[in-house]
Amino acid sequence: MTTNPKLLKPTIFWQLAEEISESLKWVLMTLSIVIPLVIWLLVSSFARIESVFLPSPLAVIQALVNLWQQGFLIQDTVTSFLRVVGGFFLGGFCAIPLGILMGAFPSIRSLTEPIIGVVRYMPAPAFIPLLVIYLGIGETSKVMLIFIGTIFFNTLMIMDAVKFIPKELIEVTYTLGGLRKQILLQVITPYVIPNILDAFRINMAAAWNLVVVAELLAADNGLGKRIVLAQKFLRTDEIFACLIVLGVIGFALDLSFRLLLRWTCKWSVNR
Amino acid sequence: MHLEITHLNKSFSTKRGSVVALKDINMHVETSEFVCAVGASGSGKSTLLRMIAGLETPTSGKITVDGTEVTGPGADRGLVFQSYTLYPWMTVQKNVEFGLKLQGLPQKERWELACYYLDIVGLTQFADSFPKELSGGMKQRVAIARSLACHPKVLLMDEPFGALDIQTKERMQEYLIEIWQRIKCSILMITHDVEEAVFLSQRIYVLSARPGTIQQELTIELPENRNYKIKREPAFYHYTDTILELLRGTNTEESETQISPSADLL
Repeated sequence: MTTNPKLLKPTIFWQLAEEISESLKWVLMTLSIVIPLVIWLLVSSFARIESVFLPSPLAVIQALVNLWQQGFLIQDTVTSFLRVVGGFFLGGFCAIPLGILMGAFPSIRSLTEPIIGVVRYMPAPAFIPLLVIYLGIGETSKVMLIFIGTIFFNTLMIMDAVKFIPKELIEVTYTLGGLRKQILLQVITPYVIPNILDAFRINMAAAWNLVVVAELLAADNGLGKRIVLAQKFLRTDEIFACLIVLGVIGFALDLSFRLLLRWTCKWSVNR
Repeated sequence: MHLEITHLNKSFSTKRGSVVALKDINMHVETSEFVCAVGASGSGKSTLLRMIAGLETPTSGKITVDGTEVTGPGADRGLVFQSYTLYPWMTVQKNVEFGLKLQGLPQKERWELACYYLDIVGLTQFADSFPKELSGGMKQRVAIARSLACHPKVLLMDEPFGALDIQTKERMQEYLIEIWQRIKCSILMITHDVEEAVFLSQRIYVLSARPGTIQQELTIELPENRNYKIKREPAFYHYTDTILELLRGTNTEESETQISPSADLL
């Protein structure tokens, strides 16, 4: 009895870890958006679901247009966006030096890692009541919430990137006459800039989540507040509209960080 | 320039006690000399070079450069690693300039010196390229130029061509001979490649393994002006044979691995 050796069958779709053709990629990426939209359209028009529970895509677009015309959309988006930017970059500018120092000096790492390890497991939203007591329901408490919610993750990701710098790169700098401070500023920092941008891109999602959580709980405006108001009047179409806006903005932020990385750190793309 | 190593010992402490890596090493390198230390893996030759560079401290003994004891790394002892160590975010030009920048040389002088050394390693036309655009051999040439630009008293090389394919390696050896003849820098290189050591050096230290000790010092009396053809000369064979025999005699790799008697019979 002969057994045929098992041969690998050719495939287009199931390529393991291998690039697919550019055209197939774009088709699939388009489908990824179009299919859910079509299902939503079909379900909302043919299934017997009250439009209060599942508004049709058209109703949501109408809600979007209304919110835009009333000026709420732009106003709420800008408010939420500014809170995110404020808290996130405040945290980011603290996280960069902290992460680099922690990655570069085991002494500083020992001094800070345990406490950061504990604090980062405290869910940031759990700080909201405290922040409201301390700072009221104004801008400061929201900015602080985002600060608390992102600084530790940014710090730890930057620290990890620093730890992965090839040791030879630092040693060779010593033999070129480099001092520790010079190595910190002129070798380690530029080396991790792509990782910093990537950490920011990933943790921006958390900031974006937290701002909505804060606004749902206590705020006068912002996209989260808009959702709460819509809920009071059973305006599910407006809730859907806000959700879509949140998704699109997040996606745009992600994309812009990727582009920024590609433009500023050409050397590291596909490194 | 006078590099002197006297009664150098190095041991590491591991979980199973202390391991002697290098034992009573005595060696020297003089001005414009090309010296190689050859040894099998386990001879502690990398450790030796790292101690000279000041990246590791000896357990006992002394390393001096022109009478000054080595206590840490410095630009007077340039080091070229086996792995690629170019700064990936800098162009080739900026890489070569970097050591000079660290030492605070003005922009114009940096630029001129870097151009000079890029010309010496034959990479002027790649000045604006990034390291990832270069082949392995080119990367090592940039690393050599970067070290030389700092005017080290001695250039230390840790198997710089170890990661290259054999053809590139041979071309790099010829480049290195050419560079050395042109600027007459002092070089101490370590390698496990006996042919490479004989081809490049004027003097060779043969290291035995576990613990690393200097087994013999050989003066290579081949013409200074060498090219690949010399590798076919009887004198060349004579040297490589001698060294290979020496290394064979001391290669304790087998005696280290414990083979049980029963396994021996099989």
